[in-house]
Amino acid sequence: MRLSRVGYTFGLFKEYIANYAKVKLTYRADFWVEVVSDLLFSLTNLLFIFIVFQHTPTLGDWSESEVVFVYGYFMIAQGVFGAFTNLWNFGDRYIIKGEMDRVLTRPAHSLAQVMLENVDPPSLVSSLVGLAIMGTAWGKLGLAFDWYDPFVLVIMVLGSVLIYAGIYVTLAAISFYSDAPTGIIPLMFNIQSYGRYPVQIYNRGIRFLLTWVLPFAFVGVYPAMFFLEAHRDVFMAWMTPVVGLIAAGIGLAVWNRGVKRYRGAGS
Amino acid sequence: MNAAYFEFIRIRFLTMLAYRVNYYSGIIVYAINIGAYYFLWKAIYGDADTLAGFTVEQMTTYVAVSWMARAFYFNNLDREISNEIRDGGVAVQMTRPINYLMVKMMQGFGEGVFRLLLFMVPGMILATLLFHVTLPTDPMRWIVFFIMIWFSFLINTQFNILTGLFAFFVENNEGLMRMKRVSVDLLSGVIVPIAFFPAWGRAAMDWLPFQAITYLPSSVFTGRTSEAETWHALLIQIGWFAVLVVPIVLMWRSARRRLFVQGG
Repeated sequence: MRLSRVGYTFGLFKEYIANYAKVKLTYRADFWVEVVSDLLFSLTNLLFIFIVFQHTPTLGDWSESEVVFVYGYFMIAQGVFGAFTNLWNFGDRYIIKGEMDRVLTRPAHSLAQVMLENVDPPSLVSSLVGLAIMGTAWGKLGLAFDWYDPFVLVIMVLGSVLIYAGIYVTLAAISFYSDAPTGIIPLMFNIQSYGRYPVQIYNRGIRFLLTWVLPFAFVGVYPAMFFLEAHRDVFMAWMTPVVGLIAAGIGLAVWNRGVKRYRGAGS
Repeated sequence: MNAAYFEFIRIRFLTMLAYRVNYYSGIIVYAINIGAYYFLWKAIYGDADTLAGFTVEQMTTYVAVSWMARAFYFNNLDREISNEIRDGGVAVQMTRPINYLMVKMMQGFGEGVFRLLLFMVPGMILATLLFHVTLPTDPMRWIVFFIMIWFSFLINTQFNILTGLFAFFVENNEGLMRMKRVSVDLLSGVIVPIAFFPAWGRAAMDWLPFQAITYLPSSVFTGRTSEAETWHALLIQIGWFAVLVVPIVLMWRSARRRLFVQGG
């Protein structure tokens, strides 16, 4: 893609987020309700971890702080992903109700346009909370802090977000081919949540699935293993951005093919 | 009159049958959830024999039966109701000579029966083959269990109706619905049995209706309760069902007086 075009798309994101802010400031309560319900969801998962560790000192060979650390990382990636790739209703809103026709008349790339129209900044609040949780666990574990850690973290989070984006864009693009894959999105949502625990506790089959087929383990445990000294695995950690680029590439390719096939809902 | 309500059950059942993709993906969702929690709990147990009074086998059975019960009592009535309130469909429904909330409940029941027959039964057979699930041998326990998940359905549906009816009073109850879903999953004991909660948490749960949705029936099924405790659990469910009727009736009455349709 040409650089000026990328710049143009990012400019649009800025405009849409500003626009979003204006809308949401009119309905402030909605904004906070969404933030609170996002946080409540994370709180339940954290409570699960805390409750479990009341009864056992370790999960496999993972300590409580390590599991919390992984969860904090997961929250950061999940929050960024939720803010920019909010495609839950894609099939309903764009294909069945036919809004895709309008999107195709816009100058931006069709996928960028759809992502723009659904930006969801409140989701970023969970990223901040995740960062705080990860930071707390970092301190508790007494991990060393190197100057490059923040940069690595940014790259890892980008990689993880690309993995999510790639998978969900692929799924959304299935709407171009098939009528109602509405059941698949909740399915993914369920599977993705298993990446937030150390995959090492699962059996071989599930571990393989979460690593190489639906690489959700790269949104959580593997990138976190770069920072966790007791479980350091630099190779798997650095696979995160690689797998991210591959997943995003597949997502984009499936999307572009889907758009070519798209003929409108006809109603 | 009752025949009309029965039709709603039948139609919803058939509608569910029509969406095959949703059905297959639903089965996979439940299999994955049970599988993942099975391994998670295995790791949690490690070398321990019992935790919080649960043996490994009881825990496995608990996880399997809880998710299966959830398949039966789970429905999206909250979303359906609030959508109908917001787009005005509820006004049309109100003119009909049938009770709107009863209709919704019947539709939810149709969904539940569908999942009971096509998810729960095959799912439970599969889970028994794959994991160490111990099914109760006493026929009485089976009967009580089915009565209890009927009440799980009723109570969970009451929650959904209450959440959905909030759309009459606030313009956007999206957040409320999400919060309800998350808190029901945690507090009802699907994700972690209430026996694992810290003492103050257990004490608080005793006074809340959530345990009636999953924890009580699943505990009965795993055979962790004595006969007296079993009847007591059933009584708690009946009690909460009766109590929750009151806010629904009150809300429904005041809602009908203030129906205002957005953009309608």
